[in-house]
Amino acid sequence: MNFGARNRLVDGIVTLGRMALMLGEVVRSLFTRRLSGADLIYQLHFIGVKSQSVVLVTGAFTGMVLCAQTYFQFHKVKMDTATLAVVSVSMSSELGPVLTALMVAGRVGAAMAAELGTMRVTEQIDALRTLATHPIDYLVVPRFLATVVSLPLLTAESIAVGIAAGYFVGVYLLDIDAAYAWANMLRYSHAVDVVIGITKAFIFGGLVALVSCYKGMSCREGAEGVGKATTEAVVIASISILVSNFFLTLFLTRLLA
Amino acid sequence: MIEARALQKSFGAHRVLDGVTFRIERGESVVIIGRSGGGKSILLKHVIGLLAPNAGEMLIDGENIAGMNERQLLRVRRKFGMLFQSAALFDSLTVAENVAFLLWRERKLSATEIARRVDETLEMVDLPGTQSKKPAELSGGMRKRVGLARAIVYRPEIVLYDEPTTGLDPVVADSIDQLILRVCERLDVTSVVVTHDMRSARRVGNRILMLHQGRIHVSGTPDEIFASNDPVVHRFVTGVSDPKELLF
Repeated sequence: MNFGARNRLVDGIVTLGRMALMLGEVVRSLFTRRLSGADLIYQLHFIGVKSQSVVLVTGAFTGMVLCAQTYFQFHKVKMDTATLAVVSVSMSSELGPVLTALMVAGRVGAAMAAELGTMRVTEQIDALRTLATHPIDYLVVPRFLATVVSLPLLTAESIAVGIAAGYFVGVYLLDIDAAYAWANMLRYSHAVDVVIGITKAFIFGGLVALVSCYKGMSCREGAEGVGKATTEAVVIASISILVSNFFLTLFLTRLLA
Repeated sequence: MIEARALQKSFGAHRVLDGVTFRIERGESVVIIGRSGGGKSILLKHVIGLLAPNAGEMLIDGENIAGMNERQLLRVRRKFGMLFQSAALFDSLTVAENVAFLLWRERKLSATEIARRVDETLEMVDLPGTQSKKPAELSGGMRKRVGLARAIVYRPEIVLYDEPTTGLDPVVADSIDQLILRVCERLDVTSVVVTHDMRSARRVGNRILMLHQGRIHVSGTPDEIFASNDPVVHRFVTGVSDPKELLF
């Protein structure tokens, strides 16, 4: 292994270790420190309420295009009425949580990393520490908690809207028989699909918050540092979501299905 | 009481502090002077535990804070107030929320009492009526005053000032010096001021420490420092560069 690759590997392991320590500090703070209700509500509003429009549009159009594409393929083998079953299962366990998490990583993760990064380079985080306040308690915990609470709820919305939009496209635009489509959807979709999706969303929420807060808090000096931290937060959070989704699918399906 | 014993700090191969030793007694007003980039602010951050030394001890009231973790340091930092060079106000909060930050976090006082303390402290730094303003609406001098109000509102025992007059015009700089003296006198605090502004150093310090090449080069009263024949001190005090030294 050459010197550069070895350095990058060591840096990666060090970063993972620091993120694990930050997660440990967050969990410890959650159980031992009193959380400010006002800070949590502010973050819930910013992360949960304000992300709804982007998540709903993403969910709706994903459900619609999934329905159309599935119909075009199934129509060739006369399986039109199975279309909505595919839409329902895919939205519940895969596309709903993954696309919602990616949209939240783009919108909220970037904002978190930029805000915390700016606070770091302008010495506001040092100022917090001089005011006998742990930055994890004041800055990271409300963001972490708000993200892990909001993402499953946003995912549930995205799943519901995606299925409804798919139903609309399938039944009203593509002329799939509503009764058979509905019956097949209920036959092949199970509560466990939704449970898998919501469980994934909970984990993705933790990943987005942890990566974004870590990148912001460890930001290097200057405007360039803030820009780099923001980009890295979105890229790493997105890749983490996609990679962990594969392993979560295998693990949760074996565990729950 | 603040005591540093053989503090060392390096960033990569660059050693910034190379065995700094000093002692500051309760109630003293000490100014740390030295060249830009010489490690004064780094030293101040060691005093409050924002940075940990590579070697040496930093004692606050006899307690070594060098090996403490962040949570243990929170208790020690409650004794300190710190004014940052950039004021480091929380830009999402108003002036009143900035000043009352720690009082709200501690939840020991009623809202009325907190508001009274904020008004009183803003009065002390000559900024009455600015409670609802945001930091972005303030001038540089006003930001420093709010930063100072935030640092003293909870009555700390020690106040640290990091370049309090840097970037200010001479008149505003003088008003900040007057404020430092006022805080010292009214609140009976220990003050540690880091600066390279010699006018300010002479006004606010009853003792001056000079940091040079990572060590405390000299310690003395302002009169002793200004009358010093030591070439390093003399050049710094008179603002004359060494012709042999390559500055840029």
